[in-house]
Amino acid sequence: MTALLRIDDLSLARAGRPVLDGVSFAVSGGEMCALMGLSGSGKTTILRACVALEPFDSGKIAVRDFELQPGRVPAEPALKPLRKLAGMVFQAHALFEHLTAQENVALAPVHAHGVSPDAARARAGTLLESLGVGARAGALPRELSGGEAQRVAIARALAVDPPLLLMDEPTAALDPARRGSLAQTLRGLAGEGRALLFTTHDPEFARSADRVIVLAAGRVAEEGSPEDVLTNPKHPATQELLRTPAPKRR
Amino acid sequence: MEADPRDPSVVRGMDVEVAALLARGIGREPRFVQVAFTSIDGSVERGDFSIGLSGVEDTPARRATHSLTVPYFEFREVLTVRGADRTRFRALADLQGRRVGTLAGTIAYDLLVQGAPVAGYQVVSYDDDVHPYSDLAAGRLDAVVLDHIIAQRALRHVPGLAIQPDALARGRYVGVLARHDTALRDRFDGILRQAMRDGALEAILRRWNVWDDEQPRLFASVLGAPAPSPSVAPPAANTAPAGALARTVAYLPGLFRASLVTLLLSCLAMALAVAFGIVLASGRIYGGPVVRLLFGAYVEVVRGTPVLLQLFVLYYGLSAVVRLPAFVAALLGLGLNYAAYESEIYRGALLAVSRAQLEAARTLGLSEWLILRLVRGPQAFRLALAPMTNDFVALLKDSSLVSVITVVELTKATAIFATNVGSWLLPGLLCAAIYLAMSLPLSRLARTLERRWSAAS
Repeated sequence: MTALLRIDDLSLARAGRPVLDGVSFAVSGGEMCALMGLSGSGKTTILRACVALEPFDSGKIAVRDFELQPGRVPAEPALKPLRKLAGMVFQAHALFEHLTAQENVALAPVHAHGVSPDAARARAGTLLESLGVGARAGALPRELSGGEAQRVAIARALAVDPPLLLMDEPTAALDPARRGSLAQTLRGLAGEGRALLFTTHDPEFARSADRVIVLAAGRVAEEGSPEDVLTNPKHPATQELLRTPAPKRR
Repeated sequence: MEADPRDPSVVRGMDVEVAALLARGIGREPRFVQVAFTSIDGSVERGDFSIGLSGVEDTPARRATHSLTVPYFEFREVLTVRGADRTRFRALADLQGRRVGTLAGTIAYDLLVQGAPVAGYQVVSYDDDVHPYSDLAAGRLDAVVLDHIIAQRALRHVPGLAIQPDALARGRYVGVLARHDTALRDRFDGILRQAMRDGALEAILRRWNVWDDEQPRLFASVLGAPAPSPSVAPPAANTAPAGALARTVAYLPGLFRASLVTLLLSCLAMALAVAFGIVLASGRIYGGPVVRLLFGAYVEVVRGTPVLLQLFVLYYGLSAVVRLPAFVAALLGLGLNYAAYESEIYRGALLAVSRAQLEAARTLGLSEWLILRLVRGPQAFRLALAPMTNDFVALLKDSSLVSVITVVELTKATAIFATNVGSWLLPGLLCAAIYLAMSLPLSRLARTLERRWSAAS
């Protein structure tokens, strides 16, 4: 299987403090990957670097054949191919407050990717339907529950059908009952051949992934199947992580 | 009267000497209180000073509402034009389509307003008697109508002007006292009559080069008339309601026109403020360091100085470089001033849109410009709408400040109206009603928008 996302020796420092110090891993199409680590271990920073919201000091990030280099974040036009390859779901969903669910999903395809408004609306409707929030297409973000808002945010990230989907703490705003259904949804998206990478504090939810990657001290501390990593943690960082109760949503 | 060129804190002039004469007569030292010309009547009635003396004219309205002394000087209303127009503009009838300036609240103003519909000139009113002549020389006016002694003094300071020989009207200067102050008024009348008999008044008028053939005739008529029965207050103006009503009706068209000026000026100035405010706000958020510094400095300077000063600078200060018409200067002054305030509203509103939304938009492939247009701008606009509407109401009222640069808007028209009918009561109520009729719907709109969008966020 060829890797869809490949991170090589990624390092970056913020305010003189190293955050990432040589992180390397890859995620393949059809694979669902959980990124774990204590708060401040750099999980979110990795996701942000992958979609060029965050510059890095050394190493390389490749999404399929699009490569990001160290140094300043490239100008937006140069990032156009990346925007079609990687979708991102933010922790607080970050839906556009003044637009309905359907408009949130259709906005970028129409204005940034040249899709006709009719086609974009139709695809938005289909996406929302497939994610179980078809009935909420006309609702504004403030009218949506946390779970509904998240599904709309996923639909928005998938609007141009990117092969890589990044999610930051998808379970943070969900009650335990909803986590199972989210896991099923993500499994379905991976089944379509997508590569999924999500950060999480929740070991139960991480078990739904194909692979768990644990970050500690700016590096990959441990990596493997959920059974291996979560049932028999070898690295002290993983052991500590499993002792620490999942924090409430920040 | 005028400030002494050697010591500007000292006033000098004919009226100053008349005041000194009156004070001596009652054994007091004169102490001078400066108020705006159009405020003299109101101030004396409030008791800010005992007598107003500054070319105060003897008019029926003033006589009905205040105690007036006997007249001490007779003047002619004269037409002043630029020397080059001396043969072209001989009388008001020659000034069709032209701008004629005068001092608000004077006989000259009433005379001009009454003649305007027939002769077809435009009346421009000023709050002082110096700027009409400088504006005439500068080409902003084509003629000035004022008392001949004011015109003669102006000719000494402003070169290139000429006074037409024919008098348009005659009037008399009196001292004005509070309506109930008849006892003091009677004492002053006695002193003035004595000064006419013993030559003291003639000496003063001669010293100021204003003695002419009219004055002996005036003195004779004052001294020949029987002294009014002492200590009887003149009838109040409102004992003749029909007259007051008729005068009020006569001023209504002027008030209506002035309301339109206020409304038009406010709308145009707001449009300018919004457009330039958006430029300032976007520049301060998206611009480079130089743009941010310049725009920031503009906002601080404009917000940190009085709009009145800005209007003066635009209209009078810049007149050597660019001679802006009064309405344009008013529009620019208010618009550029309010732009600074609007820009802060927009900046706050743009910054209030969450960073996460902007980043989400970037990851979706929207360019910076599309993000501003589709995501940030629309949300900021909703946040800014209610405070903007409030600002528009404030602008509507602040537009009254432009009267200092000769634009006759609602407040100015009301002040002229009040001066000429001798009371602020009815004009003030009418003016307030018109302002409220314009601002209440806007305030209501602001509240509605605030409710709607605060529920949305």
